Amino acid sequence: MKLYNAPSPLETKVVSKRFGMENSWKLDTYLATGGFEGFKKAMAMSCDEVINEVKSSSLRGRGGAGFPTGMKWGFVPRNTDAPKYVVVNADESEPGTCKDRLLMEHDPYLLIEGILIAAKAVGASKGWIYIRGEYRYLVDHIDAVLKEAYQRGYMGKNIAGTGFDFDLYTQIGAGAYECGEESALLESLEGKRGVPRIRPPFPAVSGAFQAPTVLNNVETFCAVPDILRNGGKWFADLGTPKNGGTRMVCLAGHVNKPGVYEVPLGMNMMYFINEIGGGMRGGKKMKALIPGGSSCPLLRADECDIAMDYDSMAKAGTMLGSGGMMVMDEDTDMVKVALRIMRFYKHESCGWCIPCREGTTWLQKMLARIVDGNGATRDIDLIGDLAKNMLGRTFCPLGDAAAMPTISIVEKFRPEFEAYVAKNPFASSELVQVA
Amino acid sequence: MTFSPGLEARFADLLTHYPEGRHRGALIPMLMYAQDEVGAVTPDLMAELAARLGISVLQVDEVVGYYSMLHKKPQGKYHVQICTNVACMLLGGAELYEQACTRLGVGHKQTQASGRFSLEEVECIGACSWAPAIQVNYDFHHDVTPAKLDEILEGLQ
Amino acid sequence: MVKLTINEIAVEAPPGMLLIDAAKLAGIEIPAFCYYEGMALQAACRMCLVEIEKAPKLMAACVVPVAEGMVVRTEAPAVVKARKTTLEFLLTNHPLDCPVCDKGGECELQDMVFKYGVGESRYTEEKVHVPEKQWSPVVFYDGPRCILCYRCVRVCGEGMGVGALGVVNRGINSEIAPSHGDHLECDECGACIDICPVGALTSGAYRYKTRPWEMEHTGTICTHCSNGCKTTLGVRTNEIVRGNNRDRSGINGEFLCVKGRYAFDFNHHTERLQTPLMRVNGKLEEVSWSRALQAVVEKFKAGGKAGVIGSTRISNEEAYLLQKFARTTLHTNNIDHHRSGDVVTLLDSLSGKSATLGTADDCYNAKAVLIIGADLSQQQPFLANQIRANYRHHNAAVYVATTGVVREDKIAKSSVRNTETDWLTGLHSMREKLATEPELLVLFGDAVKGEGVRNLVAFTESLGIPVKYICLVDYANSRGAMDMGLLPDLGPGYHAAEGTPGLTLPEMMAATDMDLLWVVGANPLKRHKFASEKAFVVVHDMFLTETAQRADVVLPAASAYEKNGTVTNVCGQVQRLKKAVETVGSKTDLTIIGLIARAMGVNLGKVDADAVFAEIQKTVRGYNVPLPVIVTGGAAQTMPVNGRVPSTVLPELIQSSRDTLFTTGSLTKYSKILNDVMEAPGGLYR
Repeated sequence: MKLYNAPSPLETKVVSKRFGMENSWKLDTYLATGGFEGFKKAMAMSCDEVINEVKSSSLRGRGGAGFPTGMKWGFVPRNTDAPKYVVVNADESEPGTCKDRLLMEHDPYLLIEGILIAAKAVGASKGWIYIRGEYRYLVDHIDAVLKEAYQRGYMGKNIAGTGFDFDLYTQIGAGAYECGEESALLESLEGKRGVPRIRPPFPAVSGAFQAPTVLNNVETFCAVPDILRNGGKWFADLGTPKNGGTRMVCLAGHVNKPGVYEVPLGMNMMYFINEIGGGMRGGKKMKALIPGGSSCPLLRADECDIAMDYDSMAKAGTMLGSGGMMVMDEDTDMVKVALRIMRFYKHESCGWCIPCREGTTWLQKMLARIVDGNGATRDIDLIGDLAKNMLGRTFCPLGDAAAMPTISIVEKFRPEFEAYVAKNPFASSELVQVA
Repeated sequence: MTFSPGLEARFADLLTHYPEGRHRGALIPMLMYAQDEVGAVTPDLMAELAARLGISVLQVDEVVGYYSMLHKKPQGKYHVQICTNVACMLLGGAELYEQACTRLGVGHKQTQASGRFSLEEVECIGACSWAPAIQVNYDFHHDVTPAKLDEILEGLQ
Repeated sequence: MVKLTINEIAVEAPPGMLLIDAAKLAGIEIPAFCYYEGMALQAACRMCLVEIEKAPKLMAACVVPVAEGMVVRTEAPAVVKARKTTLEFLLTNHPLDCPVCDKGGECELQDMVFKYGVGESRYTEEKVHVPEKQWSPVVFYDGPRCILCYRCVRVCGEGMGVGALGVVNRGINSEIAPSHGDHLECDECGACIDICPVGALTSGAYRYKTRPWEMEHTGTICTHCSNGCKTTLGVRTNEIVRGNNRDRSGINGEFLCVKGRYAFDFNHHTERLQTPLMRVNGKLEEVSWSRALQAVVEKFKAGGKAGVIGSTRISNEEAYLLQKFARTTLHTNNIDHHRSGDVVTLLDSLSGKSATLGTADDCYNAKAVLIIGADLSQQQPFLANQIRANYRHHNAAVYVATTGVVREDKIAKSSVRNTETDWLTGLHSMREKLATEPELLVLFGDAVKGEGVRNLVAFTESLGIPVKYICLVDYANSRGAMDMGLLPDLGPGYHAAEGTPGLTLPEMMAATDMDLLWVVGANPLKRHKFASEKAFVVVHDMFLTETAQRADVVLPAASAYEKNGTVTNVCGQVQRLKKAVETVGSKTDLTIIGLIARAMGVNLGKVDADAVFAEIQKTVRGYNVPLPVIVTGGAAQTMPVNGRVPSTVLPELIQSSRDTLFTTGSLTKYSKILNDVMEAPGGLYR
């Protein structure tokens, strides 16, 4: 399988270490390169020991929310004979993100081994890889890999002779960003509309088919085999304190070498863009970037000299998110960016709750009007106000995801909105504030 | 309604994936796979799957309308999906979409009278680092340029 | 009890109670659209967001349970602002066509905006418009008005067990959709319309007829089936234009089936009799009341072999007075009515046993319920609703023994199919499971009668658990007709009638030597041939029924919605009928009996509903119920008879009409709504 972009010598390859190897997705390749050693180690450990190993790695969810993985596994109730499940979130839909695709394509056994270790840690018997419908080729790919795994005794009964039983299936989605939200994904897995569930209960207690469920992103599971193999501390030490390990960053936009790269957490963002990403395309100046998928507040170029880890990003008022980094040069029309982002969230809002359903629609219409040259000064204030009125009040984080980038764009690039409005001769009117 | 033996086998296998009594979980995969064979999510297909899974047609309809990849109307032989989300937009995705509209003579979610091409402006398809990207049916095309788009479409005539 | 603070007020609430309910306990309203007591939680409308100390953001009070020491503020500035903005969002696509909207004046969105909203709209974009749709003769959907609170979806799916409504499409295009693409096939109960907080779902029967404030409202008891639902009739210019029970005043809460909600329309049917008719030269001619009554009195005075047939829809007072008049003035025990359930044998079988009669409340609270020989959701819709709610809220064990598939199968722990006559074998097959239940409520239809009732009681008694029974009957006062003694062998309260037992209804029909037949509100000729050609037939009715067409004198009778009095439901609960509309030309049966008595010089005491009920309280066993309960619109449980009932009843006389949701005996013909919706096969939702 060919790589879509050349790797960089500055990467630290953990989950991507097999990328580019011949037949990297084959079991024999996997076994020849240390595959299933982590799983075998886990089988010799108690459930608590496995979970503690993961906790000590300070691995945090790679899907976007960054919740500590070991802690999440620890929430699954013990002392119950009820079935438990493992679900993989491979619904990779956050704009800017294209890493899980590569992991499943190039190293599916790494994901499978990570799933098996999670299953062992919580006593799960069955699992599903929920893959977004657009990645149909990956469903076929993983199905073929699973067929081999079953035939070779690495899935099903008595896995690798350890006495451990587990069944794993693919589940195809059908086009819905919202299904990347874990409880919506579970609804979809049950054959329903991808509308999120009321939480609590969280999936660890009541997840797939109302059974206790471990649910993590593809990359998160992929980090687990090496954590078991080399120890949690080894992984943690790759990154910065509380931000263990490496992560895949999907670099896109106006850079010379866009691509998916694996870097240690805590790498300086400008270093990443300039040294790995090859700097700005065409010698342009950088204007802004979206650091981790379109749900994240944008950073101006002057705000980007920071470490890429969960805590530093939070301090800068944004998030590491799903690792989808989109870099924009000086010529980028930020009003159009705001509109395109809102169009996306309006399209993907599930419609369940009022502020998100109506808010995204209203904002999209207003932004479109401004771009069309019919905006008014009051609209600029209203955009920020409405986005804030969605923030923290919607049923699920999609409303926040729509609000956060919008608020940041209006705040940071207000003159661009004013320039649009200035072209409209009927632009002046004051905004009425909702007290 | 009858399906090909291959699809029936896939359905039979799918239905073993879920806990007892919870085979409704197969609904979305069944719709996706059947749509490929039937060409669209037709009323007959909805009724057939509802009957097979023991749910109402309305329950199937609720699901079909929710997911953007499930289509009640048949699409072209080649369904051209052009991403214009941020990463692609930054590198000319919107222009590619305009180019496709002009070249194919159809707009968003429209199908040529000949049934050969249909076009859809889609949201992020997960190819951001290799933008702009398009999908024709399930096939990805990365780093698409205007010339490459012409070439791709030409190759499908 | 959990102690918490809401708006600086100390509140105690049971553990697990939702914050929104706990606030209500303290008299604090937390506004909400999607939250609806008794139904699945949604957290969708976001109106109930409140501030909870230590929580990182505002929380939805409809899904947060109370916790010890919780400090909640429902009027904090952030909360007030959140409500205003949510309403602002909601109104963006709402058409604001309040001046022509049926819901105007009783719209929850209007009320909310009035109380919590802002006065001005900042929305200047185009609204989403979708044309209105008609889904059935009684259900219309106006999408843009819909706020997507999903109440209708839940009341149909969870409440009715039908699931004919769903949500289709996504995001801003989401809308409610009916079961069959462009139309509904359902119970047509209209619960979705009532529960709709806005004017998105409107009623085919009511739309554009009036504004809510132009109606007078009268809570009375539905005249159709035996369940005794309170229906609050909205009356404008002496015409009933709406039936609902939004104030939850009756035993039924806000539940009503299609009949209670819509089938009041018979009352204004063009064929309603408004003038007495008398046979002149073989033809029925309109005559004055005095002339008609004079003719009746002459015949009544003449004596001879008389028979009296009462109705299952007249009030207790009317039934009581009718049998009293027949027994004391016409000196006959030839009194009967159409019997649809063997209450008599049940009461006799329970004599000396601890088992009692069940109530509508028991249907909701019993740990286990056994349904025998009845398609409950079709024939006894409210009791079926209670059982569904019991299953939903208390996880009740439901057992079903019926001849065919029924809706209750879906919630049943065990279902057996049996023949019409042999249901006992099926019961035996469930015996082990039944015996493990802590208690049991048994509902049985007309398949179980005579010896069958005794066998049933013997079977359930042998389970060794406390058992209650509901003997299912057909109409609004089927039970009262029996209690009041419209029986040839039993007088009021199931005392043996004085003298020899009279003729039963079929016997009266078959007798060739009847001189006089007095039919009050019944239509026996629909089923039977009346053999006595010489008989003078007097009929009270609302319509020119088969029986009325044979009459010599037809006296136009008031409907249940035009009279005061009481009726007794299938569970033996007495409730008050309250006059909602004035009669036009007709008179109540009570008045007519009183007028006949006066003309005959017979003293029946004071002939008004209250006075007769006072007599019933004194003389009918079990009816000494507290008057204030009834007067205030409540339901008073009559005490079950405990003692032998000296019955000579033949079980074959008991035959239910087995009405469906869309039929109501002789009245079916006169309800346009029922005939319109009949095309929709509600039976699909078994």
